[in-house]
Amino acid sequence: MKSVRLDNVSKMFGTAKGVEHVAIDVKPGEFFTFLGPSGCGKTTTLRMIAGFYYPTKGKIFFDNRDVTTLQPNKRNIGMVFQNYALFPHMTVFENIAFGLEVRKLSKSVIKEKVERAQKLVHLDKYGNRKINELSGGQQQRVALARALVIEPDILLLDEPLSNLDAKLREETRLEIKRLQVELGVTTIYVTHDQTEAMTMSDRIMVMKEGVVQQIGSPQEIYNKPANHFVASFIGESNMLEGEVTEIRGTAVKVKVDSDLHVEGVLDTEADQPKLEVGKKVKLSIRPEAIFEGQGPNQLHGTIQLVEFTGVSINYLVKVGSSILKVMIINKGNQILKRGDSISLYVPEKGVYFINE
Amino acid sequence: MNTNQTASQQESRWSRLTQSKYFIYILISPLFLVLLAYVIYPFYQTFIQSVVGTEGAGIGNYKRFFSLESTANLEALWTSIYISVISVITCAIVGVTMAFLIERYEFPGRKILSILVLVPMALPPLVGVLSFTFLYGESGIIPRSLQALFNLESVPFSLKGITGVIVVHTFTMYTYFYLTASAAIKGLDPSLEEAATSLGSGRIRIWVKVILPMLTPAMVASSLLVFMIAMASYTAPLMFGVERTMTMQIYLSRTNGNLDMAATQSTILSIVSISFLIMMRWYQGRRNFQNQSKGISVHRTELRTPFMKYLSMFLSFIGVIILMLPILVLVLISFSVDGEWTIQIIPPAYTLDHYIALFTDERTWRPIWNSLQMSFVATIGNILFGVAAAYAMIRTRFKGKALLDILIMIPWALPGTVVAVNLIAAFSEPSVFSFNQVLIGTFWILPLAYFVRHLPLIFRSTSAALMQMDQSVEEAARSLGANWWYTFRRVVVPMAFSGILAGTLLAMVQGLGEFVASILIYSTSTMPLSVAIFQKMYAFQFGTACAYGVLQILLIIFVLFISQKLTNGKAGAVI
Ligand SMILES: Nc1ncnc2c1ncn2[C@@H]1O[C@H](COP(=O)(O)OP(=O)(O)OP(=O)(O)O)[C@@H](O)[C@H]1O
Ligand SMILES: [Mg+2]
Repeated sequence: MKSVRLDNVSKMFGTAKGVEHVAIDVKPGEFFTFLGPSGCGKTTTLRMIAGFYYPTKGKIFFDNRDVTTLQPNKRNIGMVFQNYALFPHMTVFENIAFGLEVRKLSKSVIKEKVERAQKLVHLDKYGNRKINELSGGQQQRVALARALVIEPDILLLDEPLSNLDAKLREETRLEIKRLQVELGVTTIYVTHDQTEAMTMSDRIMVMKEGVVQQIGSPQEIYNKPANHFVASFIGESNMLEGEVTEIRGTAVKVKVDSDLHVEGVLDTEADQPKLEVGKKVKLSIRPEAIFEGQGPNQLHGTIQLVEFTGVSINYLVKVGSSILKVMIINKGNQILKRGDSISLYVPEKGVYFINE
Repeated sequence: MNTNQTASQQESRWSRLTQSKYFIYILISPLFLVLLAYVIYPFYQTFIQSVVGTEGAGIGNYKRFFSLESTANLEALWTSIYISVISVITCAIVGVTMAFLIERYEFPGRKILSILVLVPMALPPLVGVLSFTFLYGESGIIPRSLQALFNLESVPFSLKGITGVIVVHTFTMYTYFYLTASAAIKGLDPSLEEAATSLGSGRIRIWVKVILPMLTPAMVASSLLVFMIAMASYTAPLMFGVERTMTMQIYLSRTNGNLDMAATQSTILSIVSISFLIMMRWYQGRRNFQNQSKGISVHRTELRTPFMKYLSMFLSFIGVIILMLPILVLVLISFSVDGEWTIQIIPPAYTLDHYIALFTDERTWRPIWNSLQMSFVATIGNILFGVAAAYAMIRTRFKGKALLDILIMIPWALPGTVVAVNLIAAFSEPSVFSFNQVLIGTFWILPLAYFVRHLPLIFRSTSAALMQMDQSVEEAARSLGANWWYTFRRVVVPMAFSGILAGTLLAMVQGLGEFVASILIYSTSTMPLSVAIFQKMYAFQFGTACAYGVLQILLIIFVLFISQKLTNGKAGAVI
């Protein structure tokens, strides 16, 4: 268990930008996730931590040791690859034993450790199987066992679930989380799937085009998105833009258009934009922060589209010239139809002002 | 503490060195050095010899080559080109027709024909030509039996001269067209043809408008290849006595002691061959493979009328006979008693002695042992070089990759005769690259020649294997703590093993059958197998010569079989 610190790390590929100015501090035992759309530099950052790329600028520390240019084989990391990268010419046992053999452990110790690792991932009886005789999920668990058996200081996972089908993905997700909690290993996890990131992580780093957008716990990222990109990338959100009409302490009134006025409160603990009367501001309202009925920020609209998911009823509602996504928890309430008019309200806490 | 510090300092100096982006050039420099020493330097020496001749420096030799007063050289160049062009045409006709018949029609005998169609590849060059002279030469079995059958005064036909060369070329080289054409036909989407038919196109129209254009890339690539190989052909002109070809002229110039002219001729032939190689690479680079649609199996047209059925059965029977005859005749003659076969149609007396002698008589066994040793040494070199070069090529990045690629392929394009002349030019005198030794006349010159000639084989088969291997597997090993060398040994080599082995076996048998370069540079103490066959032929010991030949063929068939198994039938990639 070690901490990982990236000190203003940048990586250029020739003149092309990989990532820029990444500064993170992963605590020992923490489950830390890199989240972002394709090509945003998650893999690049992870590979610098693994030692497959060297940063163009900046330094990397494991605890207090500078490992910026240390060879990957000297870092004592466990890594799980997107395509598993198992050795096809070896059995399950031999795959898991590989890292232990490199460390020159005795035969009997290796056998004991590999068997324990096999048990850990529920593959006790599969030691003699060839890799191509395993299902995708089993292969993934071999990869996990192989990375964990060497008792790594840091576990790195690059989209480990992306090759699995939906059902298996959920199962394996729980499995990885269980192992991580059980072993307490510092884990860095790469994904572009926000559900994975939200459910597993202690903290998430959201990236876009090589630049860090926000670092925070799942709740912070979801409830207090630092900017437009984070708000729209994580979960669903109604992004509105309007003109500030009044500021009273932390209470702010915004006119989105002539039919849509919204009042919210500034969050004093979060990084909030500087507001001035007459200036433009962006705000985000989550679909589940909008309720049916009477209350503050009263709105009236017409239903454009109805979607029933079981857990919830989703409406697209036209209010003035804006279209709002609304999510109502299904408590057996009556489902409205397209064209019906609906009354909605938004509690002041549901309105969140965001930076550009 | 102190020692610890220096150790870590050393480590950091070492790691700084290994991380430098120039470090890769240190790693690949041995590859370039080998190519410099054994490909470029010998080539350069030949060139120097051609311009700094005994009769004063300059382009005098080239003027003489192209002079209109003694036209032997120009004639040779012309004949070589003529033979090559005709060979391309005949090979294309035979190869493509075979490919179409076998891939597109279902007829009795198709299966067996589709296997035997590759038989010519199992014939080493010298042995192939030999069997043709036994079969169709002036005193060959077929012409003589026809003579006897129809009671003729003289033989009705016989293979000789340029026609003989072209027939042998057609037989041995049509497989290049056959392989590429049948791959292309398998890739043709039959629904295109069906679409054309449904739009009312007639058969000929479909051929001209749909099928031929789609086969064009495969045809162009094979044409260039066959042209190059035909230009380099030496054994066929030698056996059929066509002296006016480039390779024969080089051979004759050398044996007449006109070394400058031999060098000049070699240089000119090399330039022709290398330009064809470059054209081929360029063409392959540009060509796209969009037509390799998967999942559509070819529908084979069945022949319906009984007449067609019998006709096709008869024709495939003839085909099988023609394909098998060369090997059958070699086997037959290998049992014949030396010196007994004179004017009879087939040898009159038979014996097992030649085969027994192969393994019991020291003097008969000697050339086999020589060839095994020399081929083994060369193959070891090829493995080291080929695997390293393939790894560097596929897995690392450096400037000069294209150069390395073309340098490795050049020996493949160079005629064996030229390789031999180049090596003679370079290593008749001590040089740094031969560790200050004269190599000509020693054991080492032949392995070196084999090494150079077969340089691309293991390189290519290993590259193909590495290309299929995901790089992240290597990274996984590294992340588990394995250093580069351990990863290479335990992961890369085992995973690329089938590719390496396929190339190795091929290089080994090619070495065992090599004749063209050997005949120019062998020394009597290390006479290789093929040269022994040649000499036995001239001493009229046909039986022994053919027993050697059968042994070579058995080895090749064995190797082809193994590589087929190893590469799951993708052995085409190796050849
Ligand atoms: N070896 C390389 N050479 C040049 N550019 C590269 C290289 N590797 C990555 N890049 C570029 O760096 C950027 C970040 O790539 P990276 O692989 O880190 O993205 P990612 O976030 O992992 O995306 P994905 O979700 O698709 O895996 C991309 O624009 C990519 O094109
Ligand atoms: Mg990635």
